Amino acid sequence: MSEQSTIATPIAPDARPRLPHGVRLVHSEAQGGWVLLAPERVFKADAIAADIVKRCTGESTFAAIVDDLAQAYSAPRERVLADVTVMLRGLADKKLLDL
Amino acid sequence: MASNGSSTLSRPLGLLAELTHRCPLGCPYCSNPLALEPKEQELDVATWGRVFDEAVALGVLQVHLSGGEPAARRDLAEITAAARLSGLYTNLITSGIGLTAKRLAELYEAGIDHVQVSIQDSDPKSADHIAGYDGAFTRKCELANEAVRLKLPLTVNAVMHRANIEHIGEMVDLALLMGAGRVEIAHVQYYGWGLKNRAMLMPERAQVERAIATVEALRKRYQGRIVIDAVVPDYYARYPKPCVGGWGRRSLNVTPSGRVLPCHAAESIPGLEFWSVRERSLADIWEHSPAFNAFRGTSWMKEPCASCARREQDFGGCRCQAFALLGDAAATDPVCHLSPDRAQVSALALVQEDAPYSYRRM
Repeated sequence: MSEQSTIATPIAPDARPRLPHGVRLVHSEAQGGWVLLAPERVFKADAIAADIVKRCTGESTFAAIVDDLAQAYSAPRERVLADVTVMLRGLADKKLLDL
Repeated sequence: MASNGSSTLSRPLGLLAELTHRCPLGCPYCSNPLALEPKEQELDVATWGRVFDEAVALGVLQVHLSGGEPAARRDLAEITAAARLSGLYTNLITSGIGLTAKRLAELYEAGIDHVQVSIQDSDPKSADHIAGYDGAFTRKCELANEAVRLKLPLTVNAVMHRANIEHIGEMVDLALLMGAGRVEIAHVQYYGWGLKNRAMLMPERAQVERAIATVEALRKRYQGRIVIDAVVPDYYARYPKPCVGGWGRRSLNVTPSGRVLPCHAAESIPGLEFWSVRERSLADIWEHSPAFNAFRGTSWMKEPCASCARREQDFGGCRCQAFALLGDAAATDPVCHLSPDRAQVSALALVQEDAPYSYRRM
């Protein structure tokens, strides 16, 4: 997750983030990890980033995703909210995520 | 992933699959070689399927189905399905010509992930003139419409040169209007057809400077609406482009007949021995082919590259360009301001001529 302290534009709690058509998270054995594949781009995802993106199915709300991650990583919800907001905003700005 | 000539070989990420060299357009900067491969030599679907499977095992994540015009192949949907079946992210690079709504729907069914369509200019008449094909502009717009209707992500690729570089703003606006999520501002590369037409395509320095400023302004204006990818055109750059991310390091290119190249222009360098997927596996070629090992890593480098701090950042620049301009494929790319031959590039950029294009034809 990001160490950045940048203040990202908040994401509505009832938003349902999802990967748009043309963006896929896949596990590559040969490359030894998770990668987010997008038009002419490849982003290596560490285990935590992959864990976040996997939850962006279009079904769970943003609030539920943050709750879930806070629980899974036993981390303070506020911290998780800030980090996940920065990461998902970053993806959305690059057209890698629909919010 | 080592890249410095040590014994650990890096794994490729991308495969450029040139399915055919046939194309209805005649763009004078086409990236295909001057000697185009005829239809009779093209690989069949089964062979492409095998190549895709071998590519995935090697680490490749994305395949770019390209050409020529890939739609010139009637079995494009089958090839697309084979690519998806192998697990590759499948990107179609098209001129838009020959892709009817029905055919695009077939590709959608086959699992295409992304479509990239080229535009030649924002003005229809100029665009068709550059492409050497009447009506191309309209058909590209129709294809883009259809892709957006299917909710396929769309990139617009705009190759810039003297005749259209003043229209960058309009071309990005057009890309937005076409529904693209991403636009590539790609300047002409001077190999093959582009080299042949260099004097007719070369922009002026003032045009290039305005273009760079325009792109900066557009990025700010359209942030979050469209991704703009752009690079400084070669002959006006201070450092060379890290050609294909390093020779034999990130990507490979399979020609219509199955020859495997480190980059699409590599055949312009004489004396390199290329192997074919008809005779060998992709892994064997990646690891052992003389062409792939010719400029891999850094041990082939001369000065000023050999001791340069950026040697593993730009990998000496482009081998094809070093050969095209200096006759020595192992020289520092003369685009680099550290090259002793940089003055030659600056002089070539001043050679401009308003003569008819030599269109790319078979």
